[in-house]
Amino acid sequence: MTLQAAAGYAAATGTFKLTFLLVLLPALSAAVLLLGGKRTNPWGHLLGCAAPIAAFVIGLVELLAITGRDGGQSRQLDQHLFSWVPVAGFHVNANLLLDPLSLVFVLLITGVGSLIHIYSIGYMEHDPDRRRFFGQLNLFIAAMLLLVLADNYLLLYVGWEGVGLASYLLIGFWSYKPSAAVAAKKAFLVNRVGDLGLSLAIMLMFATFGTVSFTGVFAGAHSPAAHGGTLTAIGLLLLLGACGKSAQAPLQSWLLDAMEGPTPVSALIHAATMVTAGVYLVARSGAIFNASPDARLLVQIVGATTLVMGAIIGCAYDDIKKVLAASTMSQIGYMMLAVGIGPGVYAIGILHLLTHGFFKANMFLGAGSVMHAMNDEVNMRRYGGLRKVMPWTFVTFGFGYLAIIGMFPFAGFFSKDKIIEAALDKGGASGYLLGSIALAGAALTAFYMTRLMIMTFFGQRRWARDAHPHESPRVMLVPMVLLAAGSLLAGFLLILGGSLQHFLTPSVGTSVEVGAHTIAPLILSLLTLAVALGGAAAAWLLVGRKPVPVEQPLNVSKLTWAARRSLYGDALNETVFMRPGQYLARALVFFDGRGVDGAVNGLAALVGGSSARARRSQTGFARSYALSMLAGAVAVTAALLLVRVG
Amino acid sequence: MSVNYYLYLSALLFTIGAVGVLVRRNAIVVFMCIELMLNAVNLSLVTFARINGNLDGQIIAFFVMVVAAAEVVIGLAIIMSIFRARRSASVDDANLLKY
Repeated sequence: MTLQAAAGYAAATGTFKLTFLLVLLPALSAAVLLLGGKRTNPWGHLLGCAAPIAAFVIGLVELLAITGRDGGQSRQLDQHLFSWVPVAGFHVNANLLLDPLSLVFVLLITGVGSLIHIYSIGYMEHDPDRRRFFGQLNLFIAAMLLLVLADNYLLLYVGWEGVGLASYLLIGFWSYKPSAAVAAKKAFLVNRVGDLGLSLAIMLMFATFGTVSFTGVFAGAHSPAAHGGTLTAIGLLLLLGACGKSAQAPLQSWLLDAMEGPTPVSALIHAATMVTAGVYLVARSGAIFNASPDARLLVQIVGATTLVMGAIIGCAYDDIKKVLAASTMSQIGYMMLAVGIGPGVYAIGILHLLTHGFFKANMFLGAGSVMHAMNDEVNMRRYGGLRKVMPWTFVTFGFGYLAIIGMFPFAGFFSKDKIIEAALDKGGASGYLLGSIALAGAALTAFYMTRLMIMTFFGQRRWARDAHPHESPRVMLVPMVLLAAGSLLAGFLLILGGSLQHFLTPSVGTSVEVGAHTIAPLILSLLTLAVALGGAAAAWLLVGRKPVPVEQPLNVSKLTWAARRSLYGDALNETVFMRPGQYLARALVFFDGRGVDGAVNGLAALVGGSSARARRSQTGFARSYALSMLAGAVAVTAALLLVRVG
Repeated sequence: MSVNYYLYLSALLFTIGAVGVLVRRNAIVVFMCIELMLNAVNLSLVTFARINGNLDGQIIAFFVMVVAAAEVVIGLAIIMSIFRARRSASVDDANLLKY
């Protein structure tokens, strides 16, 4: 069994043999909850929380074990489960790879996941389908863990599709709402486009390297025989997959609608974990992107574009969850930019991913708490002055706010600053361009988040008449407080002495410390802080000084109009893909109905019709029969005569 | 006198019978016309027997007479029962067996 570990990785022994439990426990729990029916209703939510917590404990144990291995011992441990596809010439093992990168994800998924599960006990208390909710959340955790633990692309693809399914189910959890059902369908369809890219990438890998395992593909990408064009093609297809899952341009449109799902789902799947799978994919496939500068350039362009798009969209929406969703797009744009810059910077993208996981989940839970208090109202124009009634929510949300705008010493400061620095240090014109885009994004981030804070927690009360806001129960507050602590501390702790970068080295390569910076780090940090404060001040000047109108003002600039329509992303999809698709489908239906069916049905109608006419000759009149007999006899006689005489 | 005249007469009788069958509605008249056609054929059979100088045609004529006698019995019985059921002897009224 130990011999079956993929070449290049150490076989999992001792503590590391527990790795399979990480996937198995949530999967079993999901099976019990989803198949067990009403019998599991009384204790379903407790089991649903126990599974990710148990997985988190296993993750912590393995973190201790893996940090205990230093010096010559490999920190990449491969556990062989079974031989999955044992076909000659195509052999795929179901192996789990526990290495620093996947372990970091395991801890994020199970840690933040556990907190959100606990929060959901309170948030979903009055929902009759709470057990199903927990079952589907556990299904998501299991699929996401499989995604990050797989040691080959095919198994990763199983997890990739699994999280897509869980996301679909949970966005449409309240499927009696047409908007939720439509949003779920949209998310599924847009993700399908990305999944197609990933599956094509996997096929191309197999065609090129003859294997889909990480080690095999990476070794192939390093070898001089590898063709640059093929690697670029694989990289671009992987990027397409990443764009779909991570809601990056041009496949960003589904994320805003995905906010129809329950808020814990938005926090877990559409902020902290699943949408970062694209970043994971690019970081994991670093060997391919390292070998293809063209693919990297496109990743950077996608990241920078989405970064700005998301931020602009976030400035215009009034729906608190959609602002946060746009912000998620924008922050993942930062991560994509970082992992797109490539060798030496992957770890920084992952750092921002982790800190973002904390502060964005924190803010989503805060938004959920506000909605819980305001009868599920999401329009920020109906909020205002909530800081006095919901002090805990206000303070924890405030921590997340300070983290995302990059205030020192909150988590976002360390990670975002590093990304801007890395973009500038890339050098050349493109480095300056990307760096200034990232810097402008920081200003926009500060603007829209300050706007959100002012509209929600400050100013006069603009509540609906029947709203009686109250602080949320303790079961919801505790996860929020813990995540707020994460928003404060995560960045500092992870960057202390470059700890995360060193830890991730076996997975993504050494982090490069550039000797000569384009702008000295201290000055750049101050510049970033100044830009963020400028954005916040602008928001205060524009939104905070005068009362917020309860109705959305209509005399606004063209850019605001565009941003309110998510920069025409939906309109573009509709014009370019949906309409032509509909026309094509209609043309095909017409051809099938009139052409194919018409020919067959027409033949049948011809036979039927002529038979019906021929039947009419059976009149029932004896004399007409006699006439035809006579005619026949005459004809026979005539024929005979003709033969005889002729 | 040429034997052909018998054949002409036969053809004439047959034609009269055939036209009668086709144009008359009364079942009895139609029936009589059928008899006329049968007898026209009999006449031609006998004539041909005479022409050929053997008795085959005459024997067949006897067969035809026997069949005609049986046919008259059955035919008249059918006509009677139709008349009793429908109070009509018109062949056009008995047209139920159709499409």
